Amino acid sequence: MKIMTCPLNGPRPVSEFAYGGEVRHSPDADTCSDAEWSAYVFNRSGSPGVKYEWWCHIASGFWFIALRDTTRDMVIATYAAEMARQPPQPQGRTN
Amino acid sequence: MPYRLLRFGLTRKHPEPRMFTRHDSLKSGYDVVIIGGGGHGLAAAYYLARDHGIRNVAVLEKGYIGGGNTGRNTTIIRSNYLTPEGVKFYDESVRLWQDLGEDFDLNLFYSTRGHYTLAHTDSAMRTMRWRAEVNTHYGVRSEAVDAAFVKRGIPMIDMSCGGHAPILGALFHEPGAIARHDAVAWGYGRGADRRGVEIHQQTEVTGICLRGGRVVGVDTNRGSIATSRVLCAVAGFTPRVLDMVDLHTPIYVHPLQAMVSEPVKPWLDPIIVSGSLHVYVSQSARGELVMGASLDPYELHHTRSTLDFAEGLSAHMLDMFPFLSDVNVNRQWAGLADMTPDFAPIMGVTPVEGFFLDAGWGTWGFKATPVCGKSMSHTVATGRNHTLLEGFTMDRFARYQLTGEKGAASVGH
Repeated sequence: MKIMTCPLNGPRPVSEFAYGGEVRHSPDADTCSDAEWSAYVFNRSGSPGVKYEWWCHIASGFWFIALRDTTRDMVIATYAAEMARQPPQPQGRTN
Repeated sequence: MPYRLLRFGLTRKHPEPRMFTRHDSLKSGYDVVIIGGGGHGLAAAYYLARDHGIRNVAVLEKGYIGGGNTGRNTTIIRSNYLTPEGVKFYDESVRLWQDLGEDFDLNLFYSTRGHYTLAHTDSAMRTMRWRAEVNTHYGVRSEAVDAAFVKRGIPMIDMSCGGHAPILGALFHEPGAIARHDAVAWGYGRGADRRGVEIHQQTEVTGICLRGGRVVGVDTNRGSIATSRVLCAVAGFTPRVLDMVDLHTPIYVHPLQAMVSEPVKPWLDPIIVSGSLHVYVSQSARGELVMGASLDPYELHHTRSTLDFAEGLSAHMLDMFPFLSDVNVNRQWAGLADMTPDFAPIMGVTPVEGFFLDAGWGTWGFKATPVCGKSMSHTVATGRNHTLLEGFTMDRFARYQLTGEKGAASVGH
């Protein structure tokens, strides 16, 4: 992976981007158990696969979502977070 | 070509004893199955057989032994950590290292060099004093030293680091050492093999069978095995194995790259680490400069090398040692580091009965090989965590009791 396509700025060298981790959804802090909360805080899906991730174009400070294959180091799609309601679907996990 | 080598190549029967026995098939069951034939897995097998009398053990390795992070690290051994748990653990490891060569009857090229962690800022100096105090308290030889001491120890260094990161002092750790890393895997492998342990290469674990929350067997690409105890020591492949037993951990995987220069005359005796410049370097017995830097900045399960890494590391090397500008880089490679949020490993028993974990070693697992083998073999043999594993257990996250070792990671990852 050398070039990433920023939804705002177009194709840019990957050194201009910062990785922000996988897109995750927090449990309701008021109702979830302590175990659920600590699992949310610490645990990660460490296995390889096609994952939705937060990335930031540092120069413009623009955060967006990338669909990336963490086995092959390839970006499948990038899109602005506003489009998160209908994200592109991954083509199954690759192991 | 020497005659002996020619004869060796032409004969069908190998006239010299091989490092370890090749087994054509798996047995139907073992007392203990160890997944991962790297340093940690083989060390655990060795100590299980030697100290606990458990010899019906299989080590399953999907590639070849020592071909993972054991053969990809920069071979540095030190115990100048930050937390009391860490210092005690690694100090035991450094002690075990010193007579390992004799134990194995194999030359590990263990070479005590002294280890400088350079400080370029006041706050780094403060951390060095803190580490020196913690180390001294536990009887580990470390001291905070000033710039003049650094210059005497490393006369070739540019103390201003190109003018933008002047060296104010360092943490000097006298027992810091390097060793030949693949010999460690071979030594443990041969020692375990001689005591009856079976090492199976090219054997990939495809599943772990559970019944009522207990381990009952392991499926491999060469057939199924019955066993009640499994030790997982697979570094960057840990999350994939944990998926097989449905355990969730904070482990995430980033590649860590390293490179070596062409061999040059010996000029660098100690091991040099600079957190601010993201460099660690030592000169091997062959004269190569063995260099490493920080983790790749995003999750990846691939051992590709990048030009960014080679450029960045070379630039920082030249800040410290400008005269190296004519020296070429020979090789570059990467390993998969299993990282944890507190930069401490995850070890010991797990909620799945009979499944033991030695993981989360990230960028610092080589130096801990002997003590991991020793403490994990104790844990597997008795079913209870070894006392040295206190602070490294899997349940620390649920209790929010982290063991913060980030300050002692060699460079700011």
